Amino acid sequence: MIRLQNVSKLFKRHRVLDHVSMEVELGERIALIGSNGAGKTTLIRCLLGEYTHDGDVTIGGHSPRAERTSVLGKVGFVPQLPPPLKMPVGQLVNFAAAVCRSDPKRIHDIATRLGLDTHEILARPFNRLSGGMKQKLLIAIALGRDTRVLVMDEPAANLDPEARHIFFNLLAERLENTTMIISSHRLDEVASLVNRVIEMDMGQVVLDDRVAEETKLSAMFQCHLTLLRPDAAIARTLAGWQFADRRDGVEWHGLVSGPDRLRFLGTVTRYVGLLTRIELAEVAPSVTLQ
Amino acid sequence: MNTLLLTAKLDIVESLRARWFLIYSLVFGGIVALLFAFGLTESRVLGFIGLSRLLVTYIQLTMAILPVFVLITTVRSVAGDREAGVFEYLLSLPVSLSAWFWGKIVGRYVTIFLPVFVAMLGAVVWSLIQGIEVPWGMFFYYTALLAAMAWCFLGIGMLISTLARSTDVAQGAAFMVWLTMLLFLDLILLGVMIQGHVAPEVAVGVALANPLQVFRTAALAMFDPQLIVLGPSAYVILDLFGAAGYQIYALIYPVLIGSLCALAGYLTFRRSDLP
Repeated sequence: MIRLQNVSKLFKRHRVLDHVSMEVELGERIALIGSNGAGKTTLIRCLLGEYTHDGDVTIGGHSPRAERTSVLGKVGFVPQLPPPLKMPVGQLVNFAAAVCRSDPKRIHDIATRLGLDTHEILARPFNRLSGGMKQKLLIAIALGRDTRVLVMDEPAANLDPEARHIFFNLLAERLENTTMIISSHRLDEVASLVNRVIEMDMGQVVLDDRVAEETKLSAMFQCHLTLLRPDAAIARTLAGWQFADRRDGVEWHGLVSGPDRLRFLGTVTRYVGLLTRIELAEVAPSVTLQ
Repeated sequence: MNTLLLTAKLDIVESLRARWFLIYSLVFGGIVALLFAFGLTESRVLGFIGLSRLLVTYIQLTMAILPVFVLITTVRSVAGDREAGVFEYLLSLPVSLSAWFWGKIVGRYVTIFLPVFVAMLGAVVWSLIQGIEVPWGMFFYYTALLAAMAWCFLGIGMLISTLARSTDVAQGAAFMVWLTMLLFLDLILLGVMIQGHVAPEVAVGVALANPLQVFRTAALAMFDPQLIVLGPSAYVILDLFGAAGYQIYALIYPVLIGSLCALAGYLTFRRSDLP
């Protein structure tokens, strides 16, 4: 599906990509991880045909640079930082749908599923939306068409837990016929979403490994927490995860998306001194968040 | 709708919401309003009175302001968009590079030409309402001159935007280009060249190659057909082109410069890193 052969990129004698080669098959979900300056963004821009480079990059056997319109028509992209576009939301959706030969209604439907009512904000400039709203809209534009490849740079970073869960469900619906590349600084942010990890450092691939998939992307976990005593800081954190206080700030209960478990556990470990019990159990996906 | 027109429409919508467009429109609308307010239509210079007098003053002011305005706003917004990640996102969509680049030029052209033209048209409409005679020949020629001038500097601005990788460099380069053209206007550098015994043909050649001077001379020719103000160089120009020939040259040459610069910009853009 995606093939990179000896791809190198120099910026004023500084080698940002150093003979990178890899093959990605249809249906693979890759975590592209690495620290700042590792070469992740440059690699993504080469994949999108935005950078010139040495070596070959092909998607489905075609060059994303030479055959932009046909190749990028099947590639959805969600950037890490939303572009500061001044145009109204409606115009952005219509433009994206028109050039991608999609129906704007598909984009609006996905945005609605993510909890964003686009009809209320059609006339509002894109750059005036909140961070979460922008992210939801960009995800809706990427998913609101027929794509074979999804390239996402920290796509869920600005989403609330409920929207994250819906986002994971949307990805789960495309598992078999879409290749996904998810870039992140940290593996724990994306580990549960992927089945392959590629780590980059100094422009080279330093790790390329498979990940065992035991849990579905759409899985939900019921979580119970017991604290030593009530605490305002952890209460705020748990409220952010939409947990319910069951007994005077000591007993907490909520739902966590399967792919979000590692991230959730990472968050609560900050308060490990207050935790006396933590319990996670998989429940049916139909259980709603409280 | 085809992708080029979609991109043009997108650029127009983006520009209409930008602060530079508001200031730009206010400046040209304000010039016309001020010229009316100060009773320019009632004053007389070189036999010009009424709307002709206003149009002559308007074109002179526009020639001083429009080039630098177009250059700076074009390079600022294009290079700024690239730095801010707008290109990274919009060019990840399946838009051909030719549709993107030329669509952006078309959109930008509409936004820079319309305020200048609408201000002048407004003056004409007001004159018709007030019963002031409208010099239609002058109005149409000045409209064509403004259209050519806007295209010329837009093309140069787009070339600078594709060559410069940052807003600061692009802005600096645009300012230098404008300053160079300004220095080669007859009253400044050409005077020095003639004093320094440079061959008059070279001096006139430089003047004819400088788009700013070409516009200036063309605007002068509308109320001074013999170009007496220019002195001896007028003989060379009029012998070479004739009065009508020069008017046509003043439209074709800047359009050619703008088109060549835009084409060079496109070829550079197509071969370079996009964001």
